[in-house]
Amino acid sequence: MLKTFPKGGIHPPENKITSSKGIKRMTVPKVVNVPIAQHIGIPAEIVVDKKDKVEIGQVIAKSGGFVSSNIHAPVAGVVTKLDMIIDTSGYKKQCIVIRTDAKDEANFEEKEYPLKKNIELEPKEILKRISEYGIVGLGGATFPSHVKLNVREDKKIDCLIINGVECEPYLTADHRLMLEKAEEIVVGIKILMFALKIDKAVIGIENNKKDAINLFKNSVKNEVGIEVAALKVKYPQGGEKQLVRSILKREVPKNGLPLDVGVIVHNVGTIFAIYEAIQHNKPLIERVVTVTGKNLENPSNFWVKIGTPIKDLIAEVGGLPEGTRKLVNGGPMMGKAIKNTDVPVTKGTSGILVISEDEASRGEAKNCIRCGECVFVCPMGLEPHLLMNLSEKGLYEKASNEDIMTCIECGSCSYVCPSHRPLLDYIRFGKSIVKKLETSKN
Amino acid sequence: MSQPIIISASPHVHSDRTSKKLMYDVVIALIPAFLVSLYVFGIGAFIVTAVAVISCLLFEYLIQKFLLKTEVTIGDGSALITGILLAFNLPSGLPIWMIIVGSLVAIGIAKLSFGGLGFNIFNPALVGRVFLLVSFPVQMTMWPTAVVNNTSIADAVTGATPLGLIKEGLMFGDTMTNISADLPSNIDLFIGLTGGSIGEISALALLLGGIYLIVRKVITWHIPVTMLVTMAVMTGIFWLINPEQYASPLIHILSGGALLGAFFMATDLVTSPMTKKGMLIFAIGIAVITVVIRLFGAYPEGVSFAILIMNAFVPLINTYFKPRRFGSKIKSKIV
Amino acid sequence: MTDSVLYSVFLLASLGIVAAVVLYVVSKKFYVYENPLIADVDEILPGANCAGCGSPGCKSFAERLVNTEDISDLFCPVGGNDIMKEVAAILGKEVVERDPTVAVLRCQGSCEVRPKTTEYQGPRTCAISAMVYSGETDCQYGCLGDGDCVKVCKFDAMYMDEATGLPVIITDNCTSCGACVEECPRDIIEMRPRNKRDLKVFVGCLNEDKGGIAKKSCSVACIGCSKCEDICPKDAVVMVNNLAYIDPVLCTLCRKCVDVCPTHSIIETNFPPKKVKKEVEKKVEVKVAVVKEQIVAESKKSKTDA
Repeated sequence: MLKTFPKGGIHPPENKITSSKGIKRMTVPKVVNVPIAQHIGIPAEIVVDKKDKVEIGQVIAKSGGFVSSNIHAPVAGVVTKLDMIIDTSGYKKQCIVIRTDAKDEANFEEKEYPLKKNIELEPKEILKRISEYGIVGLGGATFPSHVKLNVREDKKIDCLIINGVECEPYLTADHRLMLEKAEEIVVGIKILMFALKIDKAVIGIENNKKDAINLFKNSVKNEVGIEVAALKVKYPQGGEKQLVRSILKREVPKNGLPLDVGVIVHNVGTIFAIYEAIQHNKPLIERVVTVTGKNLENPSNFWVKIGTPIKDLIAEVGGLPEGTRKLVNGGPMMGKAIKNTDVPVTKGTSGILVISEDEASRGEAKNCIRCGECVFVCPMGLEPHLLMNLSEKGLYEKASNEDIMTCIECGSCSYVCPSHRPLLDYIRFGKSIVKKLETSKN
Repeated sequence: MSQPIIISASPHVHSDRTSKKLMYDVVIALIPAFLVSLYVFGIGAFIVTAVAVISCLLFEYLIQKFLLKTEVTIGDGSALITGILLAFNLPSGLPIWMIIVGSLVAIGIAKLSFGGLGFNIFNPALVGRVFLLVSFPVQMTMWPTAVVNNTSIADAVTGATPLGLIKEGLMFGDTMTNISADLPSNIDLFIGLTGGSIGEISALALLLGGIYLIVRKVITWHIPVTMLVTMAVMTGIFWLINPEQYASPLIHILSGGALLGAFFMATDLVTSPMTKKGMLIFAIGIAVITVVIRLFGAYPEGVSFAILIMNAFVPLINTYFKPRRFGSKIKSKIV
Repeated sequence: MTDSVLYSVFLLASLGIVAAVVLYVVSKKFYVYENPLIADVDEILPGANCAGCGSPGCKSFAERLVNTEDISDLFCPVGGNDIMKEVAAILGKEVVERDPTVAVLRCQGSCEVRPKTTEYQGPRTCAISAMVYSGETDCQYGCLGDGDCVKVCKFDAMYMDEATGLPVIITDNCTSCGACVEECPRDIIEMRPRNKRDLKVFVGCLNEDKGGIAKKSCSVACIGCSKCEDICPKDAVVMVNNLAYIDPVLCTLCRKCVDVCPTHSIIETNFPPKKVKKEVEKKVEVKVAVVKEQIVAESKKSKTDA
C-alpha cells in the first residue's frame, strides 16, 4: 500500500515532459538581475554599490533580520546599477544588476565537485553556515532554512522528512536532481541529521518517480535511520502538512508547524544546496529550473544562476512558440503568472511554464451549483465555496471562524470547480484581510 | 506575440469538468428510463416529456429575458433536466395545459424566484410535480396501465400503481397475500412493465442511469445507497413483524419513485448537502419520511414529499455537518 | 356556525392579550436608559451611515459625540461645518471648523494614454487584481480600473467612464466621506480642499518611476522634471521620488505649473478658459479630456456627437 493523506486531493494530468531530460548547465547570462527580496521575510540589505566589482559567491546583500537571508553574487562581474525590476510578484522590486565579466574564468568553470562524504564541521558551525550561505527552502516557499532549523530547546524533533514529492504537474527539477545527485543528497541528509541530532529521516517520493525511489532505496541501504517512502500520486502530496500526515500519520495541528509534531521537512533541492554549502563552501547562487511547456521546441532542465532573466532561459529552449499567452513561474497549480520575460529567476523558481492560447484562458465564472466538489477535494477539510462567499461579501470574521487561515492555497478547489469559479482568488484575498485584521488586533 | 500575455492567479490549469457537462451527463443517464417508458406508455410518454421540456426551456427564456432582464442561461442544461424530471414524475395521460402549469411553477417559482441555478432551495421538478399533485389530485393519479406498444392515448386504460393498490387494499382490510395477486410480479416491476409515472417504472433502467452517473462522478454513492438501504431496513422490519400488513422491502424499493428519487431527484447537486456526512443524514431523512408516508400516511407514495422536506433542511445540514478540518483538536491529541 | 366564529374570535383575542402583556413586561424589565441627547444629535446628523467619521454609523457617532468631552477632533464630513455647529450648540461643546474637502482622482491614465500590455483574468475587483500583480498596464501606481471606489461610494458621486477606463468623481455629490480613499489599493484618490468655485490645481499622477520609464508606460505621467517646482513662486511644489506634489495649503492657484508641465500631468479644474487663446488652443483639448468633473454630462454628449 502506498502512503497518502486521507482527505481531498486531485489528479491533474502530470505532463512531466522533461523527466527524461538531464540537467544541463545553462550558458552564463550576460547580465543578471538579482532581487533583494527572494525569500519570505525581510528583504536583504544591499551592501554593494554601483560600479563595484564582485567576485562569484560574494555577499552582495546582507540578511535584514532573523527571518531573512544573505544574497550572493551569482556571477563575477561589475554592478552596473541598482534598479527597480518587475519580479515574480508582478511589482517592481529592488534588484542588483550585475554585468558578467566575460574574461573571468570563475564564471565558466564547470563546477562538478567530487562526492565528499565525511562531515568535518560541528553542528553549530553547520547551522551557522546554512544561515550565512543564503540557503532558503527551494521547494517554492523560499522560507529561510536556518529559521526552520533553529529549533527551540523545548521542542523535540525526532524525524527529518525530505520532500522529493514534486506533485506539481510539468515540473521535473527535483526529480532530475534526485536522479543525478542521489549520493550527495544522502550526505546532505546525514549532515542535517548530525546537526540536529536526529536519528530518523524519511525521503518521501511520489510513486510516479519509480526510478528515483529505486535509486534512493539502493543508496540508503547501508545507512542507519534513513528510509524511502513511496507515496501515492495525488496532488498536493508535497504540501508540508499532507506529507507529514502521509509518511508519519501525524497531523500537524491547526495553525501549527510540523515542528509541533516533532518533524522538520526540507525539500531535496534544499538538502543538495546544504550539501554544497557545507562540503564545498558554495553559497546558494544557482538552482535547477525546469523550462517546460507543450509547445516548446526543446523543453529541458537547467542549472541556472539566480538572477538570470527568464528570456535567456526561453532562448535556450528554442524561443517562445507562436501563440504563447501565459508564462508561469513555478508549476501550474501554485505558480505565479509573470508579466514579461525580463523577470529574473529567483531562489524560489522551480520551473518556467509556457502556456499556449487554448490552455491559458480561464473559463467564464458561472453560478455555484453547490455540487460540493470543492469540499471533497480540499485537503485541509475546508469549505472553499463558503469561504469564497464570505470573503466576497466582506464577512471576514466569519471566514476566520471557518478556518480560512488554514488554507494552503493548493488550488485544488479552483481546479475542480465545474462552474469555473475563482474560489482561490477570493480565499487568498480573504486571507490577506483576515491577516491584516489579526495583526491590527494584536 | 499577437495578443497580450494573460495574467491570472493560480491555479493555471483546470479540470475538464464543467457544469454543462455534468448536466448533459444527467440527461444521458435518463435516456434508458425514457426508452422504457416509450415502450410501455407509447406516444403519450413522448408527448408529456416533450411538452415539459419545451415549456421549461421557454419559461426560463421568457422570464430571464423579459422579466428579470438577466443573461439567458437555457443552454446550461439545467432547465432541460428540470423538464425531463418533471415529465418523469407525471402520469403519461396528463392534459397538456397542466404540464405547462407545472413547468411554470417549477421554473418560475421554484427556480428563478430564488435567484436561478444554484440558489434554489427546493428541487424545481419536484415542486412542479407536488404543485400539480395537490392541485389536480384526480388527473395526477390517473395512471395509464402498462399496455405494451400502446400507440395512442385513447387506448390507455387507467389503473392504480402497485403502491396505490397496496394502500387501497390495506385500507379496506385486505391482507398482503390477497393483494399481491393483483400486483405485477417482481420481475415486471424490475423491468418496468407496470403502471406509474413516466420515469419511475423501470428499476433496471434507473439503475443503469444511476450507475452511469456514479461512474462519471456526477454523483457519489452516498445519497442513493444510504437512502435505499435505509428504506429497505425500515420496511423490512415492519414486514418481518407482520408480512400481512406491510409489503416487502423489495416491492417498496422497486415500485413507486424510490429509485428515480434516490438516483436523480435526491442527488440534485443544488439541493443536496455538500459534505458526505451531510449526504448520509439527508438520505436517511428522506428514507424515513418516505417510509412513514407510505406505511402510515394518506398518500400511497411519499418520495417527492420526503425529498422536498429534506431539501428544506439542507442549509441546516450544511451548517452543522462540516468536513473535519485538517489538524483540528480531536485527532491531534491522539497523536 | 356562530359558535365557531365566537370561538376563534375569543381565541385570537386572548392570544393577543397574552402577547401584549408579555411584550409590556419584557420592555419594562429590559429597558435600557439612553441619554436623550443621543437621539437629538442623531436627528441632526445626515443619517447616511457612511462611516466617514470613523464610527460605523450615525447613531454610534452621536453616542461618541455625546460621551466624549472634547469633540474637537470629531467631524462629520458629510454634514460639514453647519451640522457640526448645530451639534455643538446642543451639546454645549466646542467644535473646530474645518475646510470642506472633495475627492480628486490623481491619475489620468486612460486607455488611450496608458496602453494595456497584459490581460488580467480573474475577479474584477481592484483589491484582488492588485494582489495578483501590478495591473494590466506598465504603470504600477495608477488606476486599476475595476471600480472598487465606485462600488463603495454611497452618494452616487462616482461612476466609471467606459471610454477612459477611469472613475469620475461628480464633485457636487461628493460628501468627502473618504470611503473611496480607504478602498483604493493604489491610494490614487486624495481629499483636497474645496474652495468657493471649486478651483483646484493638482498633480494627476502618482508614478514614482524615473522619467523615461514613467513616460513610456503612460504619456501623461509625471516624469519628475522639477519644472513645476522651479517655477512655483510659493514653494508649494514638493518633489519626492521622481514625483511632484502640490501642497494645497501653500498653493495660490496661479497655474504657472500647469503651463510648464511637459506631459500635462498637472490638472486644473473649474477655471474659466484662459485669455491667451492661441497658445492654449491645444491645451484646451487636453483640458476637456482631463477636467471631467465639471463637465460630466456635457462632455459625454459632446464625445458621442463627435
